[in-house]
Amino acid sequence: MTRKPETLYEKIWNSHVVEELGDGVCLIATDRQLIYDGTSFPAFEMLKAGGHAIRRPSSTLAVPDHSVPTRDRATMSGGAVAMVEQLRQYAADHGITFFGLDDERHGIVHVVGPEQGFTQPGLILACADSHTSTHGALGALAFGVGSSELAHILATQTLIQRPSKPMRVELRGTPHPAVAGKDLALAVMGAVGAAGGVGHAIEFTGEAVRGLPMEGRMTLCNMAVEAGARSGLIAPDETTFAWLKGRPMSPTGADWDAAVAYWRMLASDEGAAWSKDVAIEAGRLAPQVTWGTSPDEVIDITGRVPRPSDAPDAAAAAAWKRSLEYIGLEPGTRMQDVTVDRVFIGSCTNSRLADLRAAAQVLKGKRVADGVRAMAVPGSGLVKKAAEAEGLDRIFLDAGFEWRDAGCSMCFGSRHDSVAPGERCASTSNRNFENRQGPGSRTHLVSPATAAATAVAGRFADVREVA
Amino acid sequence: MQPFTTLTAVAAPFPKPNINTDDIYPGPLASPIIRLKKASMRDRTQMGPNAFAALRYDENAGPNPDFILNKAPYDRAQILIAGANFGCGSSREMAVWALAGIGVRCIIAPSYGDIFYNNCFKNGVLPVRLPEGEVQELLALAADAADPTFTVDLEGLTVTGPDQTPHRFEVVEYYRQALLGGHDEIAATLLRLDRIEAFDRDYRGQRPWIRY
Repeated sequence: MTRKPETLYEKIWNSHVVEELGDGVCLIATDRQLIYDGTSFPAFEMLKAGGHAIRRPSSTLAVPDHSVPTRDRATMSGGAVAMVEQLRQYAADHGITFFGLDDERHGIVHVVGPEQGFTQPGLILACADSHTSTHGALGALAFGVGSSELAHILATQTLIQRPSKPMRVELRGTPHPAVAGKDLALAVMGAVGAAGGVGHAIEFTGEAVRGLPMEGRMTLCNMAVEAGARSGLIAPDETTFAWLKGRPMSPTGADWDAAVAYWRMLASDEGAAWSKDVAIEAGRLAPQVTWGTSPDEVIDITGRVPRPSDAPDAAAAAAWKRSLEYIGLEPGTRMQDVTVDRVFIGSCTNSRLADLRAAAQVLKGKRVADGVRAMAVPGSGLVKKAAEAEGLDRIFLDAGFEWRDAGCSMCFGSRHDSVAPGERCASTSNRNFENRQGPGSRTHLVSPATAAATAVAGRFADVREVA
Repeated sequence: MQPFTTLTAVAAPFPKPNINTDDIYPGPLASPIIRLKKASMRDRTQMGPNAFAALRYDENAGPNPDFILNKAPYDRAQILIAGANFGCGSSREMAVWALAGIGVRCIIAPSYGDIFYNNCFKNGVLPVRLPEGEVQELLALAADAADPTFTVDLEGLTVTGPDQTPHRFEVVEYYRQALLGGHDEIAATLLRLDRIEAFDRDYRGQRPWIRY
């Protein structure tokens, strides 16, 4: 008897189905969850109101990241203190492991999970944050949930959902060395659109994906949600296993061997059916930059701001017009003529060691342009420590960057870090929405290397010319 | 949770595609109502004032007269008719709580952000999916301020606009029953705990390397 070929997503999903509830709705067992200071609080309130206990506290890891200041922590006050304390208290009350700001393992949940080996291939991992898709880079089925869904997970260690439809994005060829995971992610956005993955989980395949280090794979899966897909996935391979081996929560000894034997089976079968199948030629891809206020409004760094009259339909033309008004750019302008005020290297998209190395390589021996304020924010205390051990902090500081402590920082506008009204920011984060980095902020999404080159030039720069 | 059966109400047109949850529920800095009026956003039943705050208020936190929900009759809207991928972006359930807080019980769009879509059902809000062409027709009908009243019938699975043409839609039966009955999902799942524990034993038995 031959088994029906399955996608990687289907393999993981099917291995977690406790019961089918009709119309494809499934009760699925979930393995682990990350919680942070913010959207988990309403979940705890719901549990309290319903009189529900947490079913498996040891499957939960709590790390404050959204509200934490990334400098002057000794004197931090007000809301941030309250948010961190609230999370610590919930964790203490329920016996959940908590990494506080004084713990070097602390950082952005989507950096910490993989770094600790909490994220593993084949697991279902949830977090009340859309960028949970990041963890799919390790071959885990990971997705963001709402606070109500998180409450259900905490109370039952299960979730009731319908599976996403399988979508494959194949990235062919070998990109230029300066073209990073972020450029691939932005190119995918441009190709499939902000709604291109709605209702789907995207598996990324192809030579360009296989060639990416784990950090680049995480960047790619991180942005899957910007294409509307709840999950991104990459089949685990030797790169994954090498990266996971020896992590604090990774299996050891005979468990490791058994785990790897199982993880090797986590790949889409030949002949598996895809609801959507897209191929992108990555071999000649240029570094990418967004020009508008949706992550799919993206062009080559060598390109020009498009005209609304070139939009595919009337609704898109109206949206482009609105984007251009907000972002303050004229159609036809060369992106490399556009100057910036701020540069932000960080966020769950691009704050890992390889990201910081890529930026530092560009910055070494150079200075940030006059009038540009630039900051680098490592994704975790351990990333920061590793970066400092190899002298990256000196390169950033000597170039005129601020070198911060770990946290979500200026990915979104907060009291601590924000882009002022009308200021233009080259940012390695994931969303260029209106007001995202502060009211009136103008965000352009780029890779860490492009951000660094842009900081030096004072305007968007083609990193291939400096790298 | 408030059950949903049939709703007859004013519908407001939001034709722009990709309206994200930052637009629907902006963070404190982008929200004049939080920044200037110090509105507290702790209680999820009191988040209505922050709905669309960056668009809905002027810089002094007064009403922006150009924003659709500040104009009669749309200031009474309980239905939004929206462009594709409504509610994309962040997972923040506050977006649904804020919409519910201003009385929105139903959204009609070609597609939704996946997490937002699920969040709606947890909060008595019905997200109706209709084909792009039909949504365009309904947007045009809703744009006529003289009579933008629509009826959404979750039992009969129809949306009917002022032209009296019924548009049939589909909802997965599990979600439909959840909305019709307003059920407590956690309590219902806990009734299956024996089954879940049996599943876990089997699952763990096959994966001894997974430690909880």
